[in-house]
Amino acid sequence: MLRPARSVSAFASLASVLLLAACATESTPSSAGSSPTSADACAASTLRLVTPGTLTIGTDKPAYPPYFVDDTPTNGKGFESAVAYAVASRMGFTKDQVKWTVVPFDSSYAPGEKKFDFDINQISITDKRKAAVDFSTPYFTVPQAVLTLNTSKFANATSIADLKDAKLGAQVGTTSLAFINNTIAPTQQAQVFNDTAGAKSSLSNGTLDAIVVDLPTAFYISAAEIDGSKVVGQFAVDPSADTWGLLFGKGSTLVGCANQALAQLASSGDLAKITAQWLSTDVKVPVLQ
Amino acid sequence: MRNRTISSVSMVVFLVVLAVAVTNSPGWPAVQKSFFDPTAFRESFPDIWDAFWLNVRMFLVAEPLILVLGLLIALARGLRAPMWAPLRVLAAVWTDVFRGVPTLLLILLFGFGIPALRIKGLTNEPVVWGTVALVVSYSAYVAEVYRAGIDSVHPGQRAAARSLGLSDGQTSRFVVLPQAVRNVVPPLLNDFISLQKDTALVSVLGPIEALRAAQIYASDTFNYTSYVVAAVLFISLTIPMARYTDWLLARQRRRKAAGGSW
Repeated sequence: MLRPARSVSAFASLASVLLLAACATESTPSSAGSSPTSADACAASTLRLVTPGTLTIGTDKPAYPPYFVDDTPTNGKGFESAVAYAVASRMGFTKDQVKWTVVPFDSSYAPGEKKFDFDINQISITDKRKAAVDFSTPYFTVPQAVLTLNTSKFANATSIADLKDAKLGAQVGTTSLAFINNTIAPTQQAQVFNDTAGAKSSLSNGTLDAIVVDLPTAFYISAAEIDGSKVVGQFAVDPSADTWGLLFGKGSTLVGCANQALAQLASSGDLAKITAQWLSTDVKVPVLQ
Repeated sequence: MRNRTISSVSMVVFLVVLAVAVTNSPGWPAVQKSFFDPTAFRESFPDIWDAFWLNVRMFLVAEPLILVLGLLIALARGLRAPMWAPLRVLAAVWTDVFRGVPTLLLILLFGFGIPALRIKGLTNEPVVWGTVALVVSYSAYVAEVYRAGIDSVHPGQRAAARSLGLSDGQTSRFVVLPQAVRNVVPPLLNDFISLQKDTALVSVLGPIEALRAAQIYASDTFNYTSYVVAAVLFISLTIPMARYTDWLLARQRRRKAAGGSW
């Protein structure tokens, strides 16, 4: 859902591919930094943590479905809660050794000591952001989607051009917002909200014609939150903006170990299982060009 | 002259100590990079500047409306005749309620609530309802400022005017109000400085004003410098107003000290 990138160099794409490959095979150190990746170096007892012996994970509040359920990250339900616990488990932490802390998105990239070991909050990995924080390898790649009311004149849009005259809305700082501005380039300035709740209100009260959110969120809203709304279409994935990663403080020594855990989850098929359990991404929705 | 030298030296020493303390702190390079990055400043400025125009427009529209509405409410509260009891009560309830409710809540209520009623012929433009909410909220404050001004006029003024044969209305219009308004110009300006900044709250409804534009840049790049840009723009608007308020206050003090009438 969150955070755009305008550009990504071919070099960086290549580097992240290599990084993934390196992690998947577990044969070589995963990054240029000093992050340890060998099994011993990543033993839970040797990690440098905010609270020794405890893995402190951050996310925003309210934590929205389908990424969290009942605004309770500790219940292990919802895609990101499940991913976080799976990563923690691979890193050698029991469920009891995981502590959650509230990290508003705007404060996740503040300079200074972090109060979390990593933050999981639908944060897109982009080059610009890497100047301020470190990211894990992606745990999810997500297309953007457009959601409208059945009664809207844009309900039958079949192309990006059809949406040009729509009054669109998105959450601040999201990939969705960048997508609206860069790709749809609507004739009326997009409205921007603190969270999806504001965008949803404006869609259902008629102030907006459509909102752009990530696809799983779009499904969730149309199925469970706004009666008479529909997902008009999804957009092609932009690899420089639509991958989500765990966020770490700049220079965190945990990145390599988390990457190793993610690589194990990917190769064991657990990550795919978690994704399938919590997110409906395979429903047929036309791709708007 | 000597005083001036001492004050200049003490100012310089103070600033140098502060600057050294801040720039030598261990986290300064990180803070400088995320809050005071010249490249980010240049990059984010144009968008924030454009968005700031929306703040200025909201402020320019809201201010006169607030002045008029606030005055009407203050006058309604001051009505003595029994037949005006409903107006008097309404004015009291208006100030109590809208001064007590957080401005942000009013903006959410007006901006998301009124369009949801789907009343034909009523605009659902969020900027309009956000501005209306600001007018409602600030009119309650400003009414109280006016009322304080009216109360500050000596009762003898009213009695004298009445004894000259002026009606109640004429007394208010020609004797009480001119003195009352002059007394409260500084606090009114103070409220308007506050209003300038509160226009940023309307962003919760979706419009992109300066602070939101800054937030968009910050969350795009994970760099807070854009907020500093927005702060600079707001300050450039409020400082002239603050200095003007100071000047008015000083003039008032001078005139009072001189014992002259105004």
